[in-house]
Amino acid sequence: MGAWSKPLSALLSLRNVWVEYGDKIVLERVNLDIEERSFVSIVGPSGAGKSSLLRVVLGQEMPTRGTILLDGAPLGGECGPDRGVVFQRYSVFPHLSALRNTMFGLECEQAPLLARLTGSARKAAMAQATDMLDAVGLADSRHLYPAQMSGGMQQRLAIAQALIKRPRILLLDEPFGALDPGIRADMHALITRLWNDYALTIIMVTHDIREAFKLGTRVLTLDKRRHDPDAPHRFGATAIYDLALRNHKDRAEGEQMLADTLAPAIDANLNTKESIGHG
Amino acid sequence: MRWVNRHVRRREAALFGAIPIVLLVLLYLFLAAQRHAANPFDKILPLPGGMAEGMASLLFNTDQLTGKIIFWADTWASLQRLGLGLGIATLATLLIGLVLGVLPPLRATFGPLVTTIAVIPPIALLPILFIALGLGETAKIALIVIGIAPVMIRDITAHVSGLPREQIIKAQTLGASSWQIMIRVALPQAMPRLLHAIRLALGPAWVFLISAEAIASDIGLGYRIFLVRRYLSMDVIIPYVAWIALLAIAMDAVLVVLSKQAFPWAHGASH
Repeated sequence: MGAWSKPLSALLSLRNVWVEYGDKIVLERVNLDIEERSFVSIVGPSGAGKSSLLRVVLGQEMPTRGTILLDGAPLGGECGPDRGVVFQRYSVFPHLSALRNTMFGLECEQAPLLARLTGSARKAAMAQATDMLDAVGLADSRHLYPAQMSGGMQQRLAIAQALIKRPRILLLDEPFGALDPGIRADMHALITRLWNDYALTIIMVTHDIREAFKLGTRVLTLDKRRHDPDAPHRFGATAIYDLALRNHKDRAEGEQMLADTLAPAIDANLNTKESIGHG
Repeated sequence: MRWVNRHVRRREAALFGAIPIVLLVLLYLFLAAQRHAANPFDKILPLPGGMAEGMASLLFNTDQLTGKIIFWADTWASLQRLGLGLGIATLATLLIGLVLGVLPPLRATFGPLVTTIAVIPPIALLPILFIALGLGETAKIALIVIGIAPVMIRDITAHVSGLPREQIIKAQTLGASSWQIMIRVALPQAMPRLLHAIRLALGPAWVFLISAEAIASDIGLGYRIFLVRRYLSMDVIIPYVAWIALLAIAMDAVLVVLSKQAFPWAHGASH
């Protein structure tokens, strides 16, 4: 059975984080420490604030209360290159080829005024981007536009685009939710390999319990501890289960436990797409 | 088979499209011939021969005052006004639409102003323009700009602000500043939409051009049409209108080709 994780060196710390929209409380009293190199899967029923949690970590939203520390320093209320992200959809630029999509992060950093590189800097960026595309298996598709790519290829591209900035944390919001089961399995292998090769720290929100346990080293379950049937919005969700997965046994037992206790509550339907753009 | 499922091939489509136009021309010729049978000097529905005669003096004789061929001088003057008006409106749209689309505080500040200007009928402003800018070229070009720019700006602003939030967030996680998002994410994606907006604005732009020329001008396609109206010269008016239609179609076609060439990713270059 999984144990509460006791981090030695927390890369990301959430201290008493609350997210409220008006009088609707989405997240309450979230306290989390995430270690470097961990792969944290977040599961929970629809509307339990999985995406809200990801958004505050990403910096897309400010928590209503509480602080978030990255490497010990509080996060500002903005996104930055220290936190990479892959959304379920729309996270590549449709007007750029795969190569230019991947170079984008380098161009922004090295050319503040025009965000375009020339000469040897451009060649170096292209070489770096080509290597990155190679790492996600898109080397042969580098001149294609996203519209010419399948859903799986677009997600590979989104991952390459994020990784080229070497973010401290990679945030994945239902990254494989819109893909076919076969492609999904390929993507699982890819993200596991990249996680190892690039020594990544990953937080992934997913609907799919099996995916959460297959990939994660730690699985967090968000849900409401208390329910007020007359005013469901008065209580927010928090991490009700926090399972560290060290080996196969942990995974199997944890998955079984969550499947048994939460299956009716968790929306594990692959076809359900949760809105990720609101707020 | 249901009509919604009937597929039309390219060659068929060209044929089908030509049918109503040819029928309309034939109807005109029939009516014109009928009127000429009753009255050989009819001016209302001139026959093609009459139109050729009417246009000949404009096409081959030079104007005694300016030494130019009237038809081409009219065309050049009108195209110049139209081009300047469209050009200025396009630049303004790109600049304002992009800034308002990307930066929420500026959109909140200036959005209502643009909307307000857009709902004023531009022709109602024409007297103000003539008073303020005189009867010269400036007022005519200003009418075109004021007439089409607000609608274009609203369109581009809406398009840019409607770009998926995920893209803007992603750009920020890749280290992009507001400025970089504007020039690298919003601008390129606004361009095909801008060309589309110009296409839609071409019609109104011609309306404002002809109106301005009709009211105060001494040269231009619109001026000529309204000038010869006094003499019931349908033999000149009809070829001029046809010529305007031809120019408008050509401009539209150029914009379509330009958009497909320059922004293939926006035209369903799917796998």
